[in-house]
Amino acid sequence: MQEIKREVLVNKASELLKNGTVDRVFGWKKGEFDYDITPALFTTAEDIENEFVWGDFCGANFSKYLIKETGKSENKVLVFLKPCDTYSFNQLLTEHRFDREKVYAVGVPCNGMLDTGKIKSSAEGISKVTDNGDKVVIETLFDGEITLDRNELLPDRCLNCKSKKHVAYDELLGEDGAVLDSNRFDEVEKLEKMTPDERFAFWQNELSRCIRCNACRDVCPACTCEKCVFDNPNSGVENKAATNEFEEKMFHIIRAFHVAGRCTDCGECSRVCPQHIPLHLLNRKFIKDIDSFYGEYQAGAEVGSRAPIVNYTTEDIEPGDAVRRNENA
Amino acid sequence: MQRIGVFVCHCGTNIAGTVDVKAVAEALKTEPGVVFSTDYQYMCSQAGQDIIKKAIAEYNLTGIVVCSCSPRMHEATFRKTAAAAGLNPYMVEIANIREQCSWVHKEVPIGTEKAIILAKAAVAKVNLNAPLTPGESPVTKRALVIGGGIAGIQTALDIADAGFPVDIVETKPTIGGKMAQLDKTFPTLDCAACILTPKMVDVAQNDKIRVFSYSEVTEVGGFVGNFEVTIKRRARYVKEDICTGCGLCTEKCPQKKVPNEFNLGMDNRSAIYIPFAQAVPKVATIDPNHCMKLKTGKCGVCSKVCTAGAIDYEAKDEFVKEKYGAIVVATGFNPISMEKFDEFAYSQSKDVITSLELERLMNAAGPTGGTLLRPSDHEHPHTIVFVQCVGSRCEACAEKGKEYCSKICCMYTAKHAMLIRDKYPDTEVYVFYIDVRTPGKNFDEFYRRAVEEYGVHYIKGMVGKVSPEGNKLKVQGSDLIYGRQLHIDADLVVLAAAIEPDKSARPLATMLTASMDTNDFFTEAHPKLRPVESPTAGVFLSGTCQGPKDIPETVSQAGAAASKVIGLLCKDKLTGNPCVAHSDEMMCNGCSTCEKVCPYGAISYVDKEFRMPDRTTKVRRVAVVNEAVCQGCGACTVACMSGAMDLKGFMNKQIMAEVDAICK
Repeated sequence: MQEIKREVLVNKASELLKNGTVDRVFGWKKGEFDYDITPALFTTAEDIENEFVWGDFCGANFSKYLIKETGKSENKVLVFLKPCDTYSFNQLLTEHRFDREKVYAVGVPCNGMLDTGKIKSSAEGISKVTDNGDKVVIETLFDGEITLDRNELLPDRCLNCKSKKHVAYDELLGEDGAVLDSNRFDEVEKLEKMTPDERFAFWQNELSRCIRCNACRDVCPACTCEKCVFDNPNSGVENKAATNEFEEKMFHIIRAFHVAGRCTDCGECSRVCPQHIPLHLLNRKFIKDIDSFYGEYQAGAEVGSRAPIVNYTTEDIEPGDAVRRNENA
Repeated sequence: MQRIGVFVCHCGTNIAGTVDVKAVAEALKTEPGVVFSTDYQYMCSQAGQDIIKKAIAEYNLTGIVVCSCSPRMHEATFRKTAAAAGLNPYMVEIANIREQCSWVHKEVPIGTEKAIILAKAAVAKVNLNAPLTPGESPVTKRALVIGGGIAGIQTALDIADAGFPVDIVETKPTIGGKMAQLDKTFPTLDCAACILTPKMVDVAQNDKIRVFSYSEVTEVGGFVGNFEVTIKRRARYVKEDICTGCGLCTEKCPQKKVPNEFNLGMDNRSAIYIPFAQAVPKVATIDPNHCMKLKTGKCGVCSKVCTAGAIDYEAKDEFVKEKYGAIVVATGFNPISMEKFDEFAYSQSKDVITSLELERLMNAAGPTGGTLLRPSDHEHPHTIVFVQCVGSRCEACAEKGKEYCSKICCMYTAKHAMLIRDKYPDTEVYVFYIDVRTPGKNFDEFYRRAVEEYGVHYIKGMVGKVSPEGNKLKVQGSDLIYGRQLHIDADLVVLAAAIEPDKSARPLATMLTASMDTNDFFTEAHPKLRPVESPTAGVFLSGTCQGPKDIPETVSQAGAAASKVIGLLCKDKLTGNPCVAHSDEMMCNGCSTCEKVCPYGAISYVDKEFRMPDRTTKVRRVAVVNEAVCQGCGACTVACMSGAMDLKGFMNKQIMAEVDAICK
């Protein structure tokens, strides 16, 4: 259950549309199923009144949409940002990917967004999902009503939420939260403790399910190249579908390297993966290493910050020491 | 398609001993693009170069691969050869089959196989090479010398003599360095001050030389010919241009209990001080750690007695920015700490001293006025034991000592022993040594004089333990020649402490991107052929920052470094490196990552209009490289996640082609 009611968002959007602050609104709208909410661009108060959705399935992060949308018009676009979305927002500003002047950002508090995969695997023939405080009630076609604990249906990114604080907004609805002490690196540590063979087997198992739909890349707010290397015939690594086991891993590992130091750990990659590959763990491994080698760094915490891997200080760890530290870990 | 010629060098037996060069030339004949392949004994010789020139003309070659030594050695040679034959010099690639192949392998089949692979990789690269034309950059006709010891002084004087302005940056309040602390110098026994201080005065009086004393380099930007350096001038609380160096303030200063670093803490100085009478610049400096006025606000005596009005308690550190064409590193050395050598009781007894401390005790301007007295009771020592190689050649004790030979100790110990025997003939002098190393003009004669004429007892063997007992130092050592243990009751023990590079050298090397060895000595570009140049263009090495040296060697190297600097500063323009970065603006997303990693500030951004496929116009922010400033380090190409940034001559696809050729 979200703290802020739908009406508050709808009223805010309508107000800003009517007073001319913005002429477009990024929001969520109903999809085929209750758990299948899709991002949408609204242009009239009427559409917003009828179709705007706010609830436990509004996970989509709109930051990346701003790159294209701000290029289309001189007028401002309204975007609703959950705390974790604001980090992506700042990171994109750091990289000069859109014009801040063309955006009106409204921060909305978030209680965590439910994991569609977990919902679908907990019930068959889902006809309706309603949230009710700590519980989620699922109506099904065959088994009647099933009530589950909300916590059991949260994805990793929400269970280990890194921050309830908005790091960017023009206006905030509700109360702002704080940066949290999360256990987000626990899973990474588990992987680190595996033997190389076990770890290889783990990733082999996960990544062999990849169907190269490119959803992770397309949704990732850090993946904003004009032309992706995987779409560029001149890059030498261009490919559409993996032809062998090596290429299955190559795509994801190259992607993790490309977003290293820029990934804000928003978790969109894992959210959209139709094969439920825990892709965010690859990025978290990088974040954890960067933190331990160069001191804590959160991409997107502020605009214009220099990620440790594109910065140099005389205190930087020597490459040899980094390797040794990893070996001893 | 390229028409490539392959030239395999025997390098005498250097390559041909481990690589079947004929087989390499033969194997390369069938590589794509190769139209000619041959081998020769010395490709870099006149005859070898003629083979290349002839082949270029005869076979109409568009690219060549020379399989020889490291490109560091002869890439420039073969580029010139190609240019002389009308080929663009950047169509030459070197396959390093010596340092990276024949020298590291022992068996011919393995060496040959690897040489073929390396040559194939070079051919794969040349197939993608394009002719490149270098640009030019101007030269700032001013040099910076970091360190004001004898090395820095000599380098600065020589550069200034050629008419170029030079700045010396020295961390101490005065120039002079270690030599200013010495008493006499081997092998001629002339007094250090008598030969050094006139040079210091020359520096002070030379209008081409500026001395930034009590200062340090905090930032270095730019590149050869165009360095931009920030110098921090630490607040000395005395106006340098007003102070006359009369010394009245140092006499009147009530805080007189500050250990005098110039005399290595063996006496005291005042909180406002001039390190020694011949200091350059001869101005006072207030030590902020001991000055009562600066610490508590109460005192101000120096300000009252200063008739010139030079005292300024409000002074702040100042930062000076200056441009230089060349930088000379002359950061020098220090004796290592003796704290860890408990066996010699250095920390327990005042009468166990280092050789540098002995220099001060024998110096007429030292704490004892030149009379050799024990630090503990100011008595004449009658038995003196010298211990050689304390911390030098110390493989087993790497934690406290150094593996290398400090080079100067054998000679200065012979000097000390001789001077003591000369002045105080009733003193017995023992020298414990591992070897006596005296290569150098008149050095061995000097040492033999100490033994034969002055009766110094040289004992081959090391001292195991020094234990203070009463007013004696019980020295236990082994005499390896007689195979016996010696017990000597000494009055004074002198330790020839190993020397190490100054601690400021490591951070400085980082700023200069100049390489160092594991001992923090600066690495020269080539140990034999380019001994005073650092591998970083425009950075030169003078004195002990490069390795242990005595004064004659230091002075000759200082002159050599100066001549290299003069050679550089004489040029009006430097031919640049055409292997610079280039951004593909269709791929660039303007993220600024390359700008952040560029150490030279060569990348900027522009908003540019692009015609889109749907016939609309879009304005995008894209990176632009200033080719005159870019040094081709390639940092941007690896940082660019879009793959928009590429390095001419080392394009990503060329490197991938090399890797593919190797992995095939």
